[in-house]
Amino acid sequence: MSTTMVAQSLASGILVGALYGLAAVGLSLVFGVTKILNVSHGELLMLGGYTSFWLFTLMGVDPFAGIPLSMFALVIIGLIVYQLLFSRLIKLPTEDKIRTSLLVGFGLGLVLQNVALRLWTADNRGITPSYAGAALTILGVRLPYVRVASLVIAFVFLVALQLFLQKTYTGKAIRATAQDWEAATLMGINVYRVYLLSFVLGTALAGAAGTLVAVGYSVEPVMGLHWTLKALIVLVMGGIGSIAGTLVGGLILGVTESAAAVWISGNYRHVVGLVIFILVLLVRPQGLFGAKEG
Amino acid sequence: MLELEGVDAGYKDLQVLWGVSLRVGEGELVALVGPNGAGKTTTLRIISGLLKPTAGSVRFLGRPLDKEPAHRIVEMGIAQVPEGGRVFTGMSVQENLELGAFTGRARKEKEQTMKWVYQLFPRLEERKGQRAGTLSGGERQMLAIGRALMAKPRLLLLDEPSFGLAPILVEQMFEMIAEINRQGVAVLLVEQNVRAALELAQRAYVIENGRIVGEGSGDALLSFESVRSAYLG
Ligand SMILES: Nc1ncnc2c1ncn2[C@@H]1O[C@H](COP(=O)(O)OP(=O)(O)O)[C@@H](O)[C@H]1O
Ligand SMILES: [Mg+2]
Repeated sequence: MSTTMVAQSLASGILVGALYGLAAVGLSLVFGVTKILNVSHGELLMLGGYTSFWLFTLMGVDPFAGIPLSMFALVIIGLIVYQLLFSRLIKLPTEDKIRTSLLVGFGLGLVLQNVALRLWTADNRGITPSYAGAALTILGVRLPYVRVASLVIAFVFLVALQLFLQKTYTGKAIRATAQDWEAATLMGINVYRVYLLSFVLGTALAGAAGTLVAVGYSVEPVMGLHWTLKALIVLVMGGIGSIAGTLVGGLILGVTESAAAVWISGNYRHVVGLVIFILVLLVRPQGLFGAKEG
Repeated sequence: MLELEGVDAGYKDLQVLWGVSLRVGEGELVALVGPNGAGKTTTLRIISGLLKPTAGSVRFLGRPLDKEPAHRIVEMGIAQVPEGGRVFTGMSVQENLELGAFTGRARKEKEQTMKWVYQLFPRLEERKGQRAGTLSGGERQMLAIGRALMAKPRLLLLDEPSFGLAPILVEQMFEMIAEINRQGVAVLLVEQNVRAALELAQRAYVIENGRIVGEGSGDALLSFESVRSAYLG
């Protein structure tokens, strides 16, 4: 096996890993703050992808320039979904909330999948602007421009989110609510508004991630579960509430998958993620729901 | 300033408070004492709105609180230091204080209030960049009180501020509470440390099994026979 092949697989892994990180950070934010585990996050990401697909094919909007639009669409969808479904669970005790939200999210995911099937058929759809095929080649390693741009954009989003949470009053209120909603209430914070805001922020990030997936790869109605699964694996690896951890988790997952595809077989690409998932849970038996900010 | 009239309250099927009535006047320091599980914390949760009464009324400055959501009650001028302080351990001391001034009214005066809090608790200023999770028990309790003061409350609710502190710190804590009260903030103090609380308070209530069973000046209750035998040994 040539070093070029190794470098190529490493690079591909990093490029897709950044998107795993971006997909996971929305799920992680929503879960960390509201304790809603929204397993329809992948379907929301899919809707972001199709929004950009429509914007491009029907109106000729450049996918990167259209990111704010697909985020806006997902804000609206997020508002509807939250008010209609998840807001009803918001006052449940944490354990019940996690369990119930799993079921609600699963149901919602199925509905969204069928909606997508009607609107866009089962075909794989991609967005192909004029620059879609162009790539940078360094020492034989091919780096498609759209994927490199996506990596940069994902990174910018994560940094912006981090700054927002650290520096602004609203961001601090979100962190306070995530840590202890009763104490946050005693500060005069309306935690129910914080829940809504966090949920919608999460869906907006799903919208952005969906666009990047559609332009760098492709979208199809059944992709949701796949992306939710990736996001969950990254969440377990990176820990809840750590944006840097989420990014690193995403990159590790992407690189490991590529490595498995090259060294073992392409069929194993998606299995390694699950193996990592189980290993992390074994080594950290408190697992997904036991992670606490110290 | 604060009036509870015949308040019933509880959790799910369990009724905890039975016709609780109490009053705190402008600038007063009032203690609420009683054994573990008597309903002291529940009473404070009713006042701060974290829990709603099933009967009776709660009024503050003449306005009913029963229907106000908890976050609005903070804005109206009541701040609660919950049991154990419950500081935001993942955030710095300064961020905790900033969050205390979250409401519109307090946020405008944040800088001055913070100076005042740092004057009251110089220790907090020394540690302002430190994560609250790294503070000692006493420092956390100070931070919890400082954070509540950042809301510029007219009434401060304190839930066992001396719990778990070393004896010298307890004394300092009570001095701090007296000082805050002298500066014009009314205080409703819940304490297990009955003698110290009664010595400090102008008036006090004794609560048992969710009912107010005694009321009077701190001194009077100190000499009250059943209180003496139950709490002062
Ligand atoms: N969240 C809760 N759910 C159910 N019961 C509770 C809850 N909090 C307190 N209680 C019960 O209410 C009673 C009074 O509790 P509390 O007000 O905390 O007493 P105190 O502060 O005087 O020790 C106790 O019997 C306690 O078990
Ligand atoms: Mg108590």
